[in-house]
Amino acid sequence: MRALVLALVLAGLVGLLALASLGVGPVPLGPGGVIAGLFDASGSPAAMIVQEIRLPRTLLAILVGASLGLSGAALQGLLLNPLAEPGVVGVSASAAFGAVIAFYFGLASLHPLALPVGGMAGALAAGAALRALAGAEGSALALILAGVAVNALAAALTALALNLAPSPYAALEIVFWMMGSLADRSLVHVGLAAALMAPGWVLIASAARGLDALALGPEAARSLGVGLALLNWRVVAGTALAVGAAVSFTGGIAFVGLVVPHLLRPLVGHRPGRLLMPSALGGAALLLAADLAVRLIPTAAELKIGVLTALIGAPFFLRLILGARRTLP
Amino acid sequence: MTRIEAEGVEVALGGRKVLAGADLRLAAGEVVGLVGPNGAGKTTWLRALAGLLPLNAGEVRLEGRALLAWSRRERARRLAYLPQDAPCHWPMRIGDVVMLGRMPRLRPWVAPARADEEAVARALAAVDAAHLAERRIDSVSAGERARVMLARALAAEPSVLLADEPVAGLDPGHQLKVMRLLRGLAAEGRSVLVTLHDLTHAVRFCDRLVLLSGGRVLAEGPPEDVLTAERLAAAFAVRAEFGRRGGEPYLVPWEGIDGDGPG
Repeated sequence: MRALVLALVLAGLVGLLALASLGVGPVPLGPGGVIAGLFDASGSPAAMIVQEIRLPRTLLAILVGASLGLSGAALQGLLLNPLAEPGVVGVSASAAFGAVIAFYFGLASLHPLALPVGGMAGALAAGAALRALAGAEGSALALILAGVAVNALAAALTALALNLAPSPYAALEIVFWMMGSLADRSLVHVGLAAALMAPGWVLIASAARGLDALALGPEAARSLGVGLALLNWRVVAGTALAVGAAVSFTGGIAFVGLVVPHLLRPLVGHRPGRLLMPSALGGAALLLAADLAVRLIPTAAELKIGVLTALIGAPFFLRLILGARRTLP
Repeated sequence: MTRIEAEGVEVALGGRKVLAGADLRLAAGEVVGLVGPNGAGKTTWLRALAGLLPLNAGEVRLEGRALLAWSRRERARRLAYLPQDAPCHWPMRIGDVVMLGRMPRLRPWVAPARADEEAVARALAAVDAAHLAERRIDSVSAGERARVMLARALAAEPSVLLADEPVAGLDPGHQLKVMRLLRGLAAEGRSVLVTLHDLTHAVRFCDRLVLLSGGRVLAEGPPEDVLTAERLAAAFAVRAEFGRRGGEPYLVPWEGIDGDGPG
């Protein structure tokens, strides 16, 4: 009952923020104008603005935010650690490196799937490495150190690609892309992102009960009939699909998966499985809000959304570490 | 009826042989105590019987069928394993923690039914913790937590309970209560295999004892036949006082034997 209320409140929040997101821009539109524009098939200017310019951006914010929130909650459940997050532990950076490789060798221009496939491959490699380095019941410290190592490796390899870039302009393009942005995407991008993310979401959702059991530790979870190898695979592959696709369409957007599950966890009684769906909705709401903010904050060049989430998320991460410091070995 | 049969079980952990060809039978309606000094292989035995460790040799059968031939879910419905100092990594509500134990009986993708809620309430009541259902697991004492975890193991209503030191860390009143609860489970026809450091409880509450030392079964049988003065000296390097009260045997470890330590 309480879970249903929470889901409805979060879904309502996503709906309101989506309306706002469709209304904000050089041509401001009220809620009525937005809804008229959405269902107007006559090709009026308002319909063009809403359907072709703003709708892809809004939908992509929802998809990417949901993927990041969901993956953060799932990784935290799998690694039994509230500090796990795709960005912090290096999954996002590795996905970015995979996408950069696709850029770099010109694969991205050969086939539209090259970029997301590169991103997903990078994310998958990072997920597998983390699981091996930190493991279930690894300490917070082991996880953070593993994340530092994975992040460092991904950053070094990305830097190498930039270093060897054929022209400074190509390097600059990659750097700006990695900062993360939802601007200037088409509905084709949105459809492709949704198609790649959806299987990842299903994989993660199917892990919910296993993640609940894992709260009792790996041995007890196994004794309750949970297949740990399958559970691992579901979460790591699901995260790779969702985050790999998210990063390849929008660049690096960090900390959404850290902040959202942390805020929502007390509202679901700290149950890892119950946290998944609200985290997806919360992630969508947070990214919509952040995307509204980058459009409303008057800066000379539009603020990149990845920069904004990092500016908010990093201090939040510091606070979490301070809170966990007493329990760190 | 034999619930668990293990024959010639060998387990190596980190290259060291921890169990060396051990046998065990667990029948319906009995409480069997697994006793032995630290490092004798008690916990390894339980984990092997729960199907949590690969066996180098030998076989474990649950209700006549090889342990690993069962589907994970079917096995988990019949056999519950309670680890020592069982952790709970998130500060969940105690009612929810106990519901985790119900998992083998829940339908996938479907919320717990009324029958599951009732099973959780029964399990909590059985360990004298019904009043804790709404509390958070990180807000209770170590002893209360141990009882909650026992309730978690009972929630699936298994026919076999493998419990690793379920009374360690409990106050004397609750130790007695849990030992009587285990006896009650046996009276309902369930089978209980329990590791115990407390030899007083072992002698008094178990139908049979299995004495382990260095990964081997040193002796097996009725408590008073197993824990003789000679074997206590050999396995634990202690001398004990034996007695009887109201027909029930007791044993109090009294003094260590200097020099000859346990192997």
